[in-house]
Amino acid sequence: MYDFNYTKPSSIPEAVQALGADMEAKALAGGQTFIPVLKQRLNKPTVIVDLSELGLRGIAADDKTVTIGAMTTHHQIESSPDVQRLVPGLAKMAALIGDTQVRHRGTMGGSLANNDPSACYPAAVLALGATIHTDHRSIAADDYFQGMFTTALEPGELITAIEFPVAEKSNYEKFRNPASRYAMVGVFVAKTAAHGVRVAITGAGQGGVFRHTAMEEALAKDFSPEAITGIITPADGLNGDIHASPEYRAHLIGVMARRAVAAA
Amino acid sequence: MGFEGIGASVRRKEDHRFLSGRGSYTDDINRPGQLYAVIRRADRPHAKILGIDTAAASAAPGVSAVYTGAELEADGVGGVPCGWQVHSKDGSPMAEPPHPVLAIGKVRHVGDPVAVVIAATRQQAKNAAELLVIDYEDLPAIAAVRDAVAAGAPLVHDDVPGNVCFDWHIGDKAIVDAAFAQAAHVVELDLTNNRLVPNAMEPRAAIGDFDRSSGEFTLYTTSQNPHVIRLLMGAFVLHIPEHKLRVVAPDVGGGFGSKIYHYAEEAIVTWAAGKLHRPVKWTCDRSEAFMSDAHGRDHSSKAAMALDAQGKFLALRVSTLANMGAYLSTFAPAIPTYLSATLLAGVYTTPAIYAEVKAVFTHTVPVDAYRGAGRPESAYLLERLVDVIAHDTGLDRVAIRRLNFIPRDAFPYQTPVALNYDSGDYQATLKSALAAADWDGFPARRQAAAARGKLRGIGISTYVEACGIAPSKLVGQLGARAGLYEVANIRVHPTGSVTVLTGTHSHGQGHETTFAQLVSDQLGIPIDQVDVVHGDTAKIPFGMGTYGSRSLAVGGSAMVKAMDKVIAKGKKIAAHLMEASVEDIEFKDGRFSVAGTDKSKALAEISLAAYVPHNYPIEELEPGLDETAFYDPKNFTFPGGCHICEVEIDRDTGTVTVANMVAVDDVGRVINPMIVEGQVQGGLAQGIGQALMENAVYDSEAQLVTGSFMDYQMPRAHDFPPMITSTENTLCTHNPLGSKGVGETGAIGCPPAVINAVVDALRDYGVRHLDMPATPQKIWSIIQANQPRMAAE
Repeated sequence: MYDFNYTKPSSIPEAVQALGADMEAKALAGGQTFIPVLKQRLNKPTVIVDLSELGLRGIAADDKTVTIGAMTTHHQIESSPDVQRLVPGLAKMAALIGDTQVRHRGTMGGSLANNDPSACYPAAVLALGATIHTDHRSIAADDYFQGMFTTALEPGELITAIEFPVAEKSNYEKFRNPASRYAMVGVFVAKTAAHGVRVAITGAGQGGVFRHTAMEEALAKDFSPEAITGIITPADGLNGDIHASPEYRAHLIGVMARRAVAAA
Repeated sequence: MGFEGIGASVRRKEDHRFLSGRGSYTDDINRPGQLYAVIRRADRPHAKILGIDTAAASAAPGVSAVYTGAELEADGVGGVPCGWQVHSKDGSPMAEPPHPVLAIGKVRHVGDPVAVVIAATRQQAKNAAELLVIDYEDLPAIAAVRDAVAAGAPLVHDDVPGNVCFDWHIGDKAIVDAAFAQAAHVVELDLTNNRLVPNAMEPRAAIGDFDRSSGEFTLYTTSQNPHVIRLLMGAFVLHIPEHKLRVVAPDVGGGFGSKIYHYAEEAIVTWAAGKLHRPVKWTCDRSEAFMSDAHGRDHSSKAAMALDAQGKFLALRVSTLANMGAYLSTFAPAIPTYLSATLLAGVYTTPAIYAEVKAVFTHTVPVDAYRGAGRPESAYLLERLVDVIAHDTGLDRVAIRRLNFIPRDAFPYQTPVALNYDSGDYQATLKSALAAADWDGFPARRQAAAARGKLRGIGISTYVEACGIAPSKLVGQLGARAGLYEVANIRVHPTGSVTVLTGTHSHGQGHETTFAQLVSDQLGIPIDQVDVVHGDTAKIPFGMGTYGSRSLAVGGSAMVKAMDKVIAKGKKIAAHLMEASVEDIEFKDGRFSVAGTDKSKALAEISLAAYVPHNYPIEELEPGLDETAFYDPKNFTFPGGCHICEVEIDRDTGTVTVANMVAVDDVGRVINPMIVEGQVQGGLAQGIGQALMENAVYDSEAQLVTGSFMDYQMPRAHDFPPMITSTENTLCTHNPLGSKGVGETGAIGCPPAVINAVVDALRDYGVRHLDMPATPQKIWSIIQANQPRMAAE
């Protein structure tokens, strides 16, 4: 990696100030994507702002919502009894990310800020209609994801927490990229009081996470795998690479969605 | 002490060191005043180098030197040599274009080293390497062998027309043609053996050091054969005589063949250390390894078998295009020829075989031996072909193999492609594997899987391979530019402990244990009294290293020979001490005794007398108990066996899961069954990896698409089923141990068994053949493409 300065602020205002003061400053959450990127010299920050001492770790739940601090690790999410009980699909998703080491370091906030098109969490956030809380505002999931590696976050803006509605139904099925084991196709199905049935797809789309409205309409009428069996997902706009053509990804969306619904 | 000799599953002596972080790998070594080398490599497959501006890099902080090919050439540094010369059909020697240590004039593959920056820290060297300005003129490039031999293809080397390195053949074409003309059936198959990236856990590293007082160079390197590196680099590249060049290969974390070869980086750091009078270290990044470690396999073949009406094999015809990459790696020419085509008889009595191999240059990383080295390619070809014969003729897969096996009483068996098998029992390994895999119970398991919506298949392969490549005289005739004997020095110390110095090298195989057991068994001392030393040309008399599963069969045999000398000398000393005649001295369980009496002396008493020769036959015998043997085998060894794989396919996604893997291997005498099992498991892991996952992909412009683990599918532990392994043991007839070798059997026998199982699982879809790796996308595509036909039926 290139040389950089390092700072570990102890309050959100200090962190925001440090990130805002320098256009080349970068925030460090769990570092499970960012550190490898640095090691490969694909990024050259002047200063790294470590977010680990901002008190952003933890899970709070009531009968309507589950709120997860941005620096909460995948492991904490997968093993939280509240998440398991209130949004089981989210706990399952967290348990399927990376390996044990990654899950003990990687964070939900870091993943969402990066918005890698093959990351898992964007599918849960979009399908559940979660709210992204930042240091100065709240952003609805529908407004947050703006394409591959692009979000509604302004420069220097920090995610502080993610608020999920309690789900009537939630489940996630992922087909891993055979090499990287990231989601090649990930499908999150959810039914919530506020948003009804939603189906969000990650890993497959050229523009990152997206909603599958045809499946949503069918499942709203009949929440069963049979209801979406005949739905053909168009391959247009899907990624193609050596591991999966757009057509194969389109097919896998159907398979993963049916499996997710069947076990939701 | 419990039983620690031949046949005991003793725990590996070296593991505590490795597992507790006390191993000493090349990158763990740091020399005083050490500098760091970073290599700037070509980011494009084929280009003219119009100029290299080194000014900014040279002026960067911490930089001691920047060198390009021009400086090395001006200093008389030679090219990287090839250690094996193959001749074409017409008798002409292979094309051997220059392989400069740093590119001169052109780059020929992504990863081709262009310049080296040497600085006080690795970070500074990396920073400076980015400041090099290389002016390229891009040229068209090819990566696939079929593209390379097409008319008008871009040339990798201007003076190698058609990109053909050699056009070789073996066998009698006329006899084969005649047999085809008479055949009741002819079955043809085209197939590809996919290109692999070795990916040893420890990336390569090298440190060059120069002692100004003695004028001696030392190279610390991640090598499987330090003496060969000393010979090649000293004699051909840097012109340093052996007595002024020491090569140390300390703990090495996996090789699989990729660390056999002499690499440019070894010469660069050694040469630079001499120029700068400072030690110079280079450590390979994982990404760098993908484009600089020699790759494996990459053969494209057409095969045809002629059969009689009963299914007896009459003749085999094979034509192979073998990818050499951009330059010839150390043993590359031998892999598709003498280590592959010579195995095309397999375990069968096919009386006539003719094989042609065209070796082809492409704009890719050089290709050389990788676990199995040519034998996986021939085993895959043959065992797939046998299954396709069964498919096309309707004969049973097992029955057709049995029908054509070389019978156990036919050994020694001369094949029509040069090799002479000394021993084997293919019916026995087949029978044992069929039982272990419950072959007969498969239809019920297939039905049960179908009820769960899964496609289940079973596949078999019966293979033979050749290890311990030898004798030197023969391999010299075949084009090897080195001998292939092995050396052992047994040093019995005054108080009776033993140091074994071996010319083989352990990089995961457990030699420190296996060889200690061998010595323990022969000399009757506990294994903790035996230390095995390898990997240092300053300590070991000589050696040819470890590859081709040769270490026990050849290196262990050398130890037996050296121990025979120790025992013979010990008997003379014992006879003197006990006032008996030498003929009456017996050696057993570590004691020399006078036959028919209760007089005896322990080995330690004899060794003490040898080093403190107060009462000693000094007129007839030199003091000391330290013996060396060079062992040149009479023949290869021929491990063989039967692998059976069972897979399940998820019809919806195309995912193949290995449900069961059975390997019954005849590896001759086993010293440590636990280590043998571990070797087989590792080989099977790589075999399953090749069959289902691993694939080095170049795009049509010869860019390496699978340049990291993000795209190159390395198997994980959870990809493997429990593996059922066992051995059958017919003994090698020509070495003193009867051992044959086990390091590669898994990687050789397994891939065709896996693909045969996948094809069997897809039998209702009209599949006759598919190329490795059987990825989910490939399987799904096949299922998609064949569904309409199923429906129409």
